[in-house]
Amino acid sequence: MTEKTALDVPFMEVNPELCKGCQLCLAVCPKSVIAISDKLNSASYHPAFYTGADCTGCGLCFYACPEPGAIRVIKP
Amino acid sequence: MKTFEKSNSFYKVFERKGGPAKEATHYCPGCGHGNVHKMIAESLEELDLTKRSVFVSPVGCSVFGYYYFDCGNFQAAHGRAPAVGTAVKRTNPDAIVISYQGDGDLAAIGTAETIHAANRGENITVFFVNNAIYGMTGGQMAPTTMIGQRSATTPLGRKEDIHGNPIRMCEMLATLPAPTYIERVAIGNSKHIMKARKAIKKALRIQAEGKGYSFVEIVSACPTGWKMDPVAARDWLIDDMLKVFPLGVFKDESDNQDEDAWKRHFEAFDKAKVDVYLDRMKSAVGDIEPTVLPGDLNCKFAGFGGQGILTLGLFLSQIGMRGGHHVSWFPAYGPEMRGGTANCSVNLSSDRIGTPLVDHPNVLVVMNQPSLDMFEKDVVDGGTIIIDSTVVEGNADAKRLNVVAIPASDIADEVGTPKVANVVILGALVAATDAFTPEFCESTLRAIIKKKSLIDMNMEAFRRGYDFVKKA
Repeated sequence: MTEKTALDVPFMEVNPELCKGCQLCLAVCPKSVIAISDKLNSASYHPAFYTGADCTGCGLCFYACPEPGAIRVIKP
Repeated sequence: MKTFEKSNSFYKVFERKGGPAKEATHYCPGCGHGNVHKMIAESLEELDLTKRSVFVSPVGCSVFGYYYFDCGNFQAAHGRAPAVGTAVKRTNPDAIVISYQGDGDLAAIGTAETIHAANRGENITVFFVNNAIYGMTGGQMAPTTMIGQRSATTPLGRKEDIHGNPIRMCEMLATLPAPTYIERVAIGNSKHIMKARKAIKKALRIQAEGKGYSFVEIVSACPTGWKMDPVAARDWLIDDMLKVFPLGVFKDESDNQDEDAWKRHFEAFDKAKVDVYLDRMKSAVGDIEPTVLPGDLNCKFAGFGGQGILTLGLFLSQIGMRGGHHVSWFPAYGPEMRGGTANCSVNLSSDRIGTPLVDHPNVLVVMNQPSLDMFEKDVVDGGTIIIDSTVVEGNADAKRLNVVAIPASDIADEVGTPKVANVVILGALVAATDAFTPEFCESTLRAIIKKKSLIDMNMEAFRRGYDFVKKA
């Protein structure tokens, strides 16, 4: 995951095992770059994931997410 | 580069949660507690307060705060977090004390503690998570439940004339003179959340600067209790709850530049002053003169109210204190000042005392018949039982126990008043156990008996009880 920091663009990432699929990050994302996976994680939630482009690194999804470790946002 | 990630004020792994996701909280999807936890952790880290902080968890969904915050932790009885926090702060003035409470904890069972901690202006921070329902217990009505809101206990919706109105804690507390900072924020849209971050950080900074009581109410969603999906819950919060719980600053005196205004928060909580007070209590029994106990005393004293049973226990405890021992005194009595039953448990030990209760005494004093019937069987084999034979007709099992029957009330009457029968008993107890010398007890009694005109009578009562046993 961390090798992405080498890229000079902002990005967010979701730890699929910690995500509980509440979708609050989707609701606050100004660029709509987060989606919900079809797959279930081991706790039987459909986790969110980054669609891969256009994240501005604003961090709003991080603060909307109730889980301390589920979302990480890097803004180079 | 800016990174938004899990704060270092959290534990790396959350031991509470088993299963595959050991770094996940125990909260439901979309629960606001997680957001508030993140903001507190972030603020503690940014203000460099984590290692000084003591987080007081309440009863409610957030009861497991101590599994998450990597700082000092307490878990308080339901509603008592501000009282526990007061004790922590006053004994550890450098600690950053966080009282984290929900609406049932803070606004129902703990209303008294909440109001009085605020009224004293304790230099602590209270975070009040208001989600308008009892989440942990299954969605019952809370003091903050909205009019018309359905809950397990208001299936037709809360009604003003039956259940009262939702309580607005910020508005209530803001009427008090002592609090420094009171604000209501919300975990609603992103704007709300950013304001909440600022308020949480500000409240902690106010405490760190010694500026007194700070209170932040966080209106927060409970999707499970509200039976909504997380996004719909947050919309309902914004559209409906904020009409009843308007956001804003209700009190803020933190900009007061007058340093004298904040002084009391340091002076009132001065450890040295507490020590002076405790020393004064110690000196009330006279200077400590270490004595040697032949063995631990685990005593039960029982009789009618008015016979001086509790005072007997106090006297023995104070004699033990002056002898440099660990002591405990634990009374049990009915509401009657005279005539009801009363008993007390007293422990004297050269080691620390675990519980003040005495279930199996090695010394039992009975000053009425019911007490003999009730407690004799509890005395350990070979224990001592002292009976006021003026009042008690029965006798104890002399094969199993060391039985001392003394007509204490008659002796006391001869001395001057039956009221000193308890001191006659004290003399007999000291003689039967050889716990102290009579001179040591007498000099202690002289120091602790407040009415000086009664000292001589008590001295005689003590000596008559002591001699009765020694000369028998």
